[in-house]
Amino acid sequence: MLSEAKHPGLARSVALIALAAIVLALPFLLRALGFDFYLSLASRIVVYAIAATSLNLVLGYGGMVSFGHAAFVGLGAYVTGVMISEGVQSGSAHLGAVVLVTAFAALAIGAISLRTRGVYFIMITLAFAQMLFYLANSVKGYGGDEGLNVRARSLFSLGGWVLDLKNPLALYYVALAVLAASLFALARFVPSRLGYAMLAIRDDDVRAEAIGFPTYRYKLVVFVAAGVLGGIAGALSVNLQGYVSPNALHWTQSGTLMVMVILGGVATVWGGVAGAAVLLLLQEMLGSWTEHGEFWTGWVLLAVVLFARRGLVGIALSRRAQSAT
Amino acid sequence: MTELPLLAARGLVKRFGGLVATDHVDLFVGRGEIHALIGPNGAGKTTLVAQLGGQLPCDEGRIVFAGDDITRLPTHLRARRGLVRSFQITRLFASASVLENVALAVQAARGSSLGAWRPVRRERALFDAARTLLDDVGLAAQAQLAIGALSHGQRRALEVAMTLAGEPALVMLDEPMAGMGHEESARMEQLIAGLRRRCTVLLIEHDVDAVFRLADRVSVLVEGRVVATGSPAAVRADPGVIAAYLGDAAEAPEAADAASA
Amino acid sequence: MLIVEQALNGLQFGLMLFLLAAGLTLVFGVMDMINLAHGSLYMVGAFVAAWLVALTGSFVLGIAGAVVLTAVFGMALEVVLLRTLYARDHLSQVLATFALILILNDGVKMIFGNDLPLSAPAALAGPVELLPGLVYPAYRLLILAVGLVLALLLWLLVQKTRMGALVRAGASNRTMATALGVDITRLFTFVFGIGAALCAVAGALLGPLLAVQVGMGENILILAFVVIVIGGIGSIRGALVGAILVGGIDTLGRTLLQHLFREFLPPQWASAAGPAVASVAVYVFMAVVLAVKPQGLFPARG
Repeated sequence: MLSEAKHPGLARSVALIALAAIVLALPFLLRALGFDFYLSLASRIVVYAIAATSLNLVLGYGGMVSFGHAAFVGLGAYVTGVMISEGVQSGSAHLGAVVLVTAFAALAIGAISLRTRGVYFIMITLAFAQMLFYLANSVKGYGGDEGLNVRARSLFSLGGWVLDLKNPLALYYVALAVLAASLFALARFVPSRLGYAMLAIRDDDVRAEAIGFPTYRYKLVVFVAAGVLGGIAGALSVNLQGYVSPNALHWTQSGTLMVMVILGGVATVWGGVAGAAVLLLLQEMLGSWTEHGEFWTGWVLLAVVLFARRGLVGIALSRRAQSAT
Repeated sequence: MTELPLLAARGLVKRFGGLVATDHVDLFVGRGEIHALIGPNGAGKTTLVAQLGGQLPCDEGRIVFAGDDITRLPTHLRARRGLVRSFQITRLFASASVLENVALAVQAARGSSLGAWRPVRRERALFDAARTLLDDVGLAAQAQLAIGALSHGQRRALEVAMTLAGEPALVMLDEPMAGMGHEESARMEQLIAGLRRRCTVLLIEHDVDAVFRLADRVSVLVEGRVVATGSPAAVRADPGVIAAYLGDAAEAPEAADAASA
Repeated sequence: MLIVEQALNGLQFGLMLFLLAAGLTLVFGVMDMINLAHGSLYMVGAFVAAWLVALTGSFVLGIAGAVVLTAVFGMALEVVLLRTLYARDHLSQVLATFALILILNDGVKMIFGNDLPLSAPAALAGPVELLPGLVYPAYRLLILAVGLVLALLLWLLVQKTRMGALVRAGASNRTMATALGVDITRLFTFVFGIGAALCAVAGALLGPLLAVQVGMGENILILAFVVIVIGGIGSIRGALVGAILVGGIDTLGRTLLQHLFREFLPPQWASAAGPAVASVAVYVFMAVVLAVKPQGLFPARG
């Protein structure tokens, strides 16, 4: 049931406020501790959190196991990268282009894929993503299989103010703002009419259709929304790394995003954030201790699947439900 | 019938590979009646209902509902027009409570659900309507329970409540009494009888006695074909029906075997 | 004659794809499990073969040993871990087998290093004249021969033996198979072992042509999935037809399209566009097949 919409207790409110404070003050805390270089990791977590949340929307809440979601993230990154390479630096132009291109791509891919179901849907979304991957590989003018390096970044100008995402602080806060907005929108979506309709559709879409929900239409709407949000994450990621390669669209990237969602908690508002944070921190820690970070990451993931079925947020939710009784 | 039927299916054909599951079926359901569809196992009753409901496209034939040709109309639009069905194997929304299940059905029948901002809980009218429906089927006390906590009979009753959500003109109940004990069957029978003033009912059932008590008219489906249609008394006396289904011990298993391919 | 050569290459690649797809379609069809780590078994097979060949100096011993060891490894994996996933939903299976890919990739790297050399046996290094004017590498002929023989053996196994009948029953209806008293647990382990063995053969044989390196499983796994979706999940016949079609489109596509593009495009574009469009063509073909026959060409499931 939609128990996340309950009123939080006092302890939980305090914890949330503390968390918000830390997150907002993070760059300064890191500098004070001499850990400046960790700011890029923090920004990477935020950007991946946005991407994972967008996947959670289509996968967790929409019930659509899309194995090609990384393609939208990569598409957003490439659109931004290509525009910057061509001399267009305006952040609003980037945003507009990314939204238009990913919306169109998601609409086309979703319209076709959603006519199939089950494993066939998984395969078709995978196929489309691979097509885009091979396309990215073959555009020699923009790096081809070696990837595209980007020197400049997105610039946003409001009145006299200029926000250059080359500034790591600016990037961090802009990404944080996007994440916060996404989580807020998601939290409003879950108990709304569409959120409830999607719950019915993912529980039993034959029944949902039989009671009068236009299931194809609603699934397509969610698919496109998720694709656009993914594209925005991609635009932020190219700003963060100054680089985009076709690997960003490879199916293993989609797999990584999926791992984050399942790890954090499918169909929970914070699932994408939790999953991204845990996986990236895990990789970072293991990577610094041993050369074989992937090996140990794999074991941790395996443990989560076998013993923590609802993901990390799911564990937290059920603990809270238990202590409330 | 003196007036136009509410539902008129003509020449319906459905093939699965070499098997003809629905063989040129004509079915007419009059407004306000309880029309029962009976037949041995494997006769193709659920296949027929699936074509009427839109879950299965028919290969040939036409379906006319309230004067409009709905043969190619998608399921959700049929539901919106007042033609709804329940399922032989109970299909409910496991993540939602009993009340929420019915509320979802009401929501689906009222307006668009493309809003992603306002919480549904604020729509009092929706939940009031849902509560009334639960009351009608005798599940008012179970409103806050999870689906898993309901008995089989209660789940079937919930399904009926959900089909009534949009104030439909025609409700197709696919074996609502399947798997029920004596007491639960009696209650379901009462429930169905009570639907008489509310809507037209197409009832697919196995329990022949209950059918003969409830139905105004009966159609008998054998091997995908309608072999008889008429009042319960007339159908009961029809020698073809008796041979194929009701009494003849030698014939009935053969017919059932041949039908259940 | 170039076309004939390319067609043979396509057939050869297709047959190897079939070996992978056969195991995958059986696991998916019979056990209803998505196993992303199937490509990793292919990688393990290739590495073990390369290691054994270096150790013993014999190509035959290398492949035989790899097949046995990989099959045993696969069965152990099934018993210890994968068995618990059958009852879980597809999403959990995806996550668990994805984790397995990470573990196996790094595990192989730790044991063998990032790549191992593997070359075709010296006796088969040269070309063979099939017809006057048509020469073809002997090694590739071997692959073709092995592929055809295994396809035939697999067909005999599935169609003519009791075990094969059980597998087919399981593929189309698991509950019915259980009701018939089939020992499902042992059947599954055995099916998995066969799948692993087939992967090893493909890995060892393709090793000299495609390079034995960590991560080699990921790209071919996707093609194997495409094959079984086209062929129909659970169907060996479908896997064979699908594999040959995909192998053909991929191989012929690359070279033919490259030639075609060279007429119209500057050379550096043509060399990239050929393979790119060929790859896309495989997926477009899959989409077209699914549009016409949503369950694949030879669906085994009822």
